[in-house]
Amino acid sequence: MNPVHKKIPVLIHNGKPVCESLIIVQYIDEVWHDKNPLLPSDPYQRAQARFWADFVDKKVYDCGRRIWATKGEEKEAAKKEFIGIMKKLEGELGNKPYFGGEDFGYVDVALIPFYCWFHAYENFGNFKTETECPKLVEWAKRCMQRESVSKSLADPHKVYEFIVSLKKKLGNE
Amino acid sequence: MQSQRVWLLGFWASPFVQRVKWALKLKGVEYEYIEEDLFDKSSLLLKLNPVQKLVPVLVHNRKPISESILILEYIDEVWKQNPLLPHDPYERAQARFWAKFAEEKVRESTWDALCSRGEEREKAVKSSIEALEKFEEELKLKGTKFFGGETIGFVDLVAGFISYQLPVFEEVGSMKILDSSKFPATFDWIYNFLNHPVIKDDLPAKDLMFDYYAKRSKEISDEKDSCRNA
Repeated sequence: MNPVHKKIPVLIHNGKPVCESLIIVQYIDEVWHDKNPLLPSDPYQRAQARFWADFVDKKVYDCGRRIWATKGEEKEAAKKEFIGIMKKLEGELGNKPYFGGEDFGYVDVALIPFYCWFHAYENFGNFKTETECPKLVEWAKRCMQRESVSKSLADPHKVYEFIVSLKKKLGNE
Repeated sequence: MQSQRVWLLGFWASPFVQRVKWALKLKGVEYEYIEEDLFDKSSLLLKLNPVQKLVPVLVHNRKPISESILILEYIDEVWKQNPLLPHDPYERAQARFWAKFAEEKVRESTWDALCSRGEEREKAVKSSIEALEKFEEELKLKGTKFFGGETIGFVDLVAGFISYQLPVFEEVGSMKILDSSKFPATFDWIYNFLNHPVIKDDLPAKDLMFDYYAKRSKEISDEKDSCRNA
């Protein structure tokens, strides 16, 4: 279903595969467009939402990975960079309940899945996101009150254990 | 800045800016172009794109939009004539997929190849060729003049750098990436693309590109080497 990248997620709809998570999210938003739109209707607001989701996509996983996969100076640099990324996102959130404004939207969907990885990043990096970016963590907890989020996100402790075993496999202790 | 006017902040050699220029031209949108010196960034650029501090930045109704692929989506949504993306959601998802692929797998690896040396360069050349093979396969499957079908579309604009910039990279780096015997569909596509009326009159000069990329690739490779040896 994904011969080009051989990666998940792959959404299969009417027998046809759609790949790349944010492309899939936009596809879902377009096909099931009459319920709870994720992207705003105004083109400028859509461009802003796409920009920040793209920012999350390009920065968060890679930087987080460097926190748990490296040591010493490299780890410290990754941790500083991660906090910087979170602060930028916190700035973008401002006083809104969600990145989408009053409603849970595209950028919220892009970022919240990483929340269950924060516990692992914090353990490996020896920091607390809540201390550095309290408003962002408030936002994350608000999202976790939504059943669609809390029921689909993995247990942070399981994620941590997964990374520990992954590090062992990679010979990376 | 009058609100209805469209401004584009750019850099003459940038393939990202080029995508936006082509899109605006295809749609018949008039705009004012501001050339930026990327090595001495203006306060205007830093104000309009504080997060990335990069070009292109499109300004419309006094509001800035950055990231070339996102700008193309914005242009397509605001100016509906000559659509860049298909109408059908599945086809749109495919177009977005291949645009992302062209940018992240093809362009980035060709840039890495240009700006590295020795083993690192060989590895990047290999990655570029592998990515272009997938692009070639998709073009063969589609069997149309352009990625967008019989007319230029979203993927063609994003992948357009292959037609005019990659040959310059190959020359600067004395690299062989696009072998015409191995990439017949890509070469046909390049021919069609470069002969399109909107494209052919709007390309940076080859000799200027050669000089610029020869200088930049040396600077970046030297910087990488000195970081390694530090």
